[in-house]
Amino acid sequence: MPLSAWLLGDAALLVLGFLGVFLSRARAGSALVYSAAFVITALLCGVSVARLLTGGEAATITLPFGLPWLGAHFRIDTISTFFLAVVNFGAAAASFFAIGYGRHESEPGRVLPFFPVFLAAMNFVLVADDAFTFLLSWELMSLASWALVMAHSREPANARAGFVYILMASLGTFALLLAFGLLAGADGHYAFDVIRAHPPTPVLAGLILALALFGAGSKAGLAPLHVWLPLAHPAAPSHVSALMSGVMTKVAVYGFLRLVFDLNGPADWWWGIPVLTAGAGTAVLGVLFALLQNDFKRVLAYSTIENIGVIFVALGLALAFKTHNFGAAAALAMTAALFHVLNHAVFKNLLFFGAGAVLAATGERDLGKLGGLLKNMPATGLFVLVGCAAISALPPLNGFASEWLVFQAILLSPSLPSWALKLLIPAVGALLALAAALAGACFVRAFGIGFLGRPRSDAAKDAHEVDRFSLVAMGVLSVLCLLAGIFPGVIIDALSPIVRALVGVSMAPQAALGWFAIAPIAESRSSYDGLLVFLFIALSAMLAAFIIHRLASDAVRVAPAWDCGFPDADPNTQYSPESFAQPIRRVFSGFVFSTQESVDMPAPGDLRPARYELRVRDRAWDIVYKPVVGAVQKLADVLNRLQFLTIQQYLSLVFAALVVLLLALAIWT
Amino acid sequence: MDRLAFDIAHFLAGGLVLISFVLLYQDRLFALLNAYALQALTLAFAVAWQAHIQEAPHLYITAGITLVFKALIIPVALHRMVARLGVHREVETVVSLVPTMLGGIGLVALSMVVMLRVTHGADPLTREDLAFALSVVLLGMLMMVTRTNAVSQVVGFMSLENGLILAAAAAKGMPLVVEISVAFSVLIALIVIGIFLFRIRERFDSVDLQALDDFRGETR
Repeated sequence: MPLSAWLLGDAALLVLGFLGVFLSRARAGSALVYSAAFVITALLCGVSVARLLTGGEAATITLPFGLPWLGAHFRIDTISTFFLAVVNFGAAAASFFAIGYGRHESEPGRVLPFFPVFLAAMNFVLVADDAFTFLLSWELMSLASWALVMAHSREPANARAGFVYILMASLGTFALLLAFGLLAGADGHYAFDVIRAHPPTPVLAGLILALALFGAGSKAGLAPLHVWLPLAHPAAPSHVSALMSGVMTKVAVYGFLRLVFDLNGPADWWWGIPVLTAGAGTAVLGVLFALLQNDFKRVLAYSTIENIGVIFVALGLALAFKTHNFGAAAALAMTAALFHVLNHAVFKNLLFFGAGAVLAATGERDLGKLGGLLKNMPATGLFVLVGCAAISALPPLNGFASEWLVFQAILLSPSLPSWALKLLIPAVGALLALAAALAGACFVRAFGIGFLGRPRSDAAKDAHEVDRFSLVAMGVLSVLCLLAGIFPGVIIDALSPIVRALVGVSMAPQAALGWFAIAPIAESRSSYDGLLVFLFIALSAMLAAFIIHRLASDAVRVAPAWDCGFPDADPNTQYSPESFAQPIRRVFSGFVFSTQESVDMPAPGDLRPARYELRVRDRAWDIVYKPVVGAVQKLADVLNRLQFLTIQQYLSLVFAALVVLLLALAIWT
Repeated sequence: MDRLAFDIAHFLAGGLVLISFVLLYQDRLFALLNAYALQALTLAFAVAWQAHIQEAPHLYITAGITLVFKALIIPVALHRMVARLGVHREVETVVSLVPTMLGGIGLVALSMVVMLRVTHGADPLTREDLAFALSVVLLGMLMMVTRTNAVSQVVGFMSLENGLILAAAAAKGMPLVVEISVAFSVLIALIVIGIFLFRIRERFDSVDLQALDDFRGETR
């Protein structure tokens, strides 16, 4: 399949975005746009997967627009094919979900034109083969997603989210611009193949790594550049949130991979250290904040930050192993990273769809007002449960398989010769283990508060199951979570050409092992068989269910519920999301985030209710952003004086500038 | 003959720079205007001489325009304006005379260094003239910056423009149309500035720009 197929698909999406302006006024317009987007992205996903399996050669096309002396270069190779498959898969799922979900949209005119453009921009980033096209597509992606974040701009928090988002996105693009400028060098060759042929000097390469970490990391949500993400992702409509969290962050990972593993020349030994540190910190911070949120979509956004941390840890491991010539270990870490990219795209989409379904059914995102949804929305509940289990890395689901691979790679670190890495990587592993455990707690809390117990509001009590399109989209993703978890070997083998393109080596083929087991290093050392675990869990669960049904009495017993001293308990006496998170909040509140709890107890005899207030604040704001904002404001204050000079002083400024320039000329020529 | 031509051109251009210093030194408005008329006259001669040695007849027209507009009409108009404005006729300075003159010398040195270096390999006459022209431009700007009286600002601007004409005459191949349009734009600038002068005087009874700043509530 030639590259033009992808370009045609992207062009079709752009046209669809244009049509969306008019279709948004029609009654069936929303369904039409989303169906068309689904068909196009599904086709693109299909050809990408086909190309991945058949192993097509890299292909290039140069189109005569963009910079006049450069043109627009496009290229498709194994790396971009993999990401094209992931992105278009997520896009197709979101489009399908939106066929049903889009009906709840209050202002389709502000979503429909931008949705296909957003999809097209992500695709263009993946096939861009020169710096100009790449940055242009990247910025288009940022702007289109910003427009989607601002779709409901009348809600007060959304306007701020959009502002912070556009600011961080511009900063990130700026960093990438600088990185490409350094890569292009003084001659300014922006085509990637020329850049590849002229690797930068080690010092410059280190600088480019830092800029790539900043630029791609801010889009992906690396700490401390993550602050925009939990504001912006939940603000968008749910299917767009799913795309931003599940898919757009992967495009950012792709940008990092392309810059660091492909264009930046041979890696230095220390490159892994900043990536590992940033990844581990991000993972722990992300999940800790996820644990504190009451807004379901915000929980998911913070959990995205955690998963990006996991992916970057794996990438850092791959860098560390690659630079020390541990080919097999680097291949293992890179496989883990790519596997987690795929998995996260699947289960994060699934969970955001679930959040969207809950939002559509109840109008609530606040966990504290949900509860007991499993009774009214059994299918959604089941799918969200699968997603929660997968994202908590429980076997036999896919999240376990990829995180297990990451830990296998971490266990190989003692053989590294560098002491810095030898000491750092176990610490990173410990942080990652902490993050994995906390992720479990986080999603137990999210599912337990939201779907179990009794409804905490009338909206939750009157919830009803969502439409069929949404259910099918969630169902397909749940099944994929399960399949990828049971047959990880198939996916590892499919990933091997990409891993070989990135680190030069790939993992040994896993299909030979039989019973769909995987053994990342050697069978004697460690192996995992998702199918056997699944069969064991399924059989023992069925056995338990059978025994209970068989042996337990099926006579109806009537007893007061929750009769532990509260015969007629109010739903508000249940565990609230805040109370569930309290122990962890107290443990970590000293250094990770600042929390303020205050209890306002009325005096005896006073009839007003007691109030308990909790304020959680991300320290990144105080440590990183406040000084920056302060400095910018100070500078603006200083420069502001320029507005109130006298005529004489303005003339003097011009005169002084002229004299200084002449002096420079006199000195330098 | 060549030697003599060069010397005369050099003498006239150097005279322009010298008169720029004279302009800087004046503290009476009428004396300032007279010095300006002298500079314009010198410029007219310099351009005419260039026309002679370059054998470019259109430069005679430039010289004529300079003579009529800048040496006669503008000084006379400014004379009458100052007389009608009835403001007191001293030039208020921001920086006192001696540092201004020293700065002027520095600027001439700077323009010599820059121009002689940049125009390496050009005709020596052109190089000298360009260097002098840049000096005149810089001195005109220096005058605008260090004087607060609006009339002396106008004179500074006009003398800056003299420098431009000298540069244009020295760089061979400047089309006549450009020179004529420059001359007319200067005339229009004079009219606009004249109107403004009267407006400022009407409001503040002075043409000192300090009054404008005071009006804006600025303090210095």
